[in-house]
Amino acid sequence: MSGALDAGIAALLLGVAFRVLLARDPLGAVIGFVALGLVIALAWVRLAAVDVALTEAAIGGGVTGLVMVRAAARLPKREGARQTADRGTNWIAAGLCVLVFIGLSAVVLGLPEPAPTLAPEAAAHLPGTGLGNPVTAVLLVYRALDTLLEVVVLLLALIAIWSLSADASWRGAPPPPGPRQPTEALVFLARVLPPVGVLVAIYLFWAGADVPGGAFQGGAVLAAMGLLVLLAGLCAPPRIGDRGLRLLVLAGPVVFLAVGMLGWAVAGAFLGYPEGAAKPVIIAVEAALTLSIAVMLALLVLGPPAGARQP
Amino acid sequence: MSLLTDLVTITCVLAGVVFFLAGTLGLLRFPDTLTRLHALTKADNVGLALIVLGLLPQAGTFLDALKMVAIWLLVQLASGAVAQLLAEVALRSAHAAEAKE
Repeated sequence: MSGALDAGIAALLLGVAFRVLLARDPLGAVIGFVALGLVIALAWVRLAAVDVALTEAAIGGGVTGLVMVRAAARLPKREGARQTADRGTNWIAAGLCVLVFIGLSAVVLGLPEPAPTLAPEAAAHLPGTGLGNPVTAVLLVYRALDTLLEVVVLLLALIAIWSLSADASWRGAPPPPGPRQPTEALVFLARVLPPVGVLVAIYLFWAGADVPGGAFQGGAVLAAMGLLVLLAGLCAPPRIGDRGLRLLVLAGPVVFLAVGMLGWAVAGAFLGYPEGAAKPVIIAVEAALTLSIAVMLALLVLGPPAGARQP
Repeated sequence: MSLLTDLVTITCVLAGVVFFLAGTLGLLRFPDTLTRLHALTKADNVGLALIVLGLLPQAGTFLDALKMVAIWLLVQLASGAVAQLLAEVALRSAHAAEAKE
C-alpha cells in the first residue's frame, strides 16, 4: 500500500518536472515549479524528513515561487513565439543537467550498504544541547557555522537586490506589490488570516526545539503574512532606508555573530555555547533569526525600491 | 461501538472522495475558468468537510479533532478567497477580450 503511494509520488514528481520543462510560457513554468515544490515536500514527508518538507513547502515552493511569479510578470511579452532562450543555450543547459544527473546517480547508486551516517552520534549528544529535535541541534549546535553563513547569504542577496535600484530611489520604498484596487475578497483574507498565520509562525519557531519547525519555517510564514497585508494594500511597503527596518534585518546575523564571538570567552571556541545554558542562548538566536529571516524574505519578494522598474 | 464509528468514517470519507473525484473531473472537463472554479471549490468545501467529518471519530484526543476542524476552516477561507480572486481576473480578461472585438 505504502509502496504504491511512494511510486505515485515519484511518478507525480517526474510528471510535474516535465510539465515545468515543457511549459509554453514563463508563468506556466513558474506555476508548475510551485506545484513541484509541494510534491517534493510530500516526498520529504514520506522520507520522514518533516523539517526539510516544511522548508521546501515554505521557501522552495512558496517564497521562491512568489519571487519568480513577479519576475515572470515583469518579463516583456512576446506574442506567439515560445518565450525561451535560443536553441544553443537550451542544449548547453540540457547537457549540464544530464551530467549532474549522471553524477548524482553514480553517487547515490555507489553508496555503501548501509550508508555512512552520523545519526547515532548526533542523537548521543542531544541531551547536552537541551534540544529534542536533532535537526535543530545540527542546524544550531553541531553545524551552527553553516546556518550563520546561510543567513549571511540571505543578507547578501537582499543587498544585491537593493543595489538594483536607481540612485534617485535609493533608500525609498519598493513599489506596492498588489493590484491598484484590491478586491474585497483579498482585503478580507488579509484581515482574517494574519492573526492565525502569526500564531502558526510563533508555534513553528517555538516548537522547532523539540519537533519539526524552526527559524526558517516560522520566518517564511511570517513573511507570507506580511506580504498578504501588503498585497491587499492595507499598509504601504516600508522604505529600505528606514532605521527600524534595517535593525530588524540585521538582528539575526548580529545576534548570531555576537553569540559566536562570546563563544570564545565562555566555551573556548567560536560559536561555543556556555555549559548548561545552551538552550536559552539557542532560543534567543532563533528568535532573532526568525524575525530577520521573515523581514528579509518579504523584502526579497518586494524587490528593489520603486524607480528601478524603468528599463 | 468501534464498528459503528468505523462505519461512519468509511461512509463519510468515501462520500468525500466522490466529491473530490467529481471536482477533479469538472476541473479537467468544464469549458471555462468560472465553471472550473465552481467544480474545484465544491470539492474543497464539501469533499474536505466530509473527509474531516469522517476522520473525527478516529481522532485520538479532542485537541486532534479540533485541529482537523481548524484545518478545514482555514482551507475554506483560503479556497473561497482565492476562487473569488481568480474569478475576478477571469471576468476582467473576458471583458477586455470582448472590448477588443
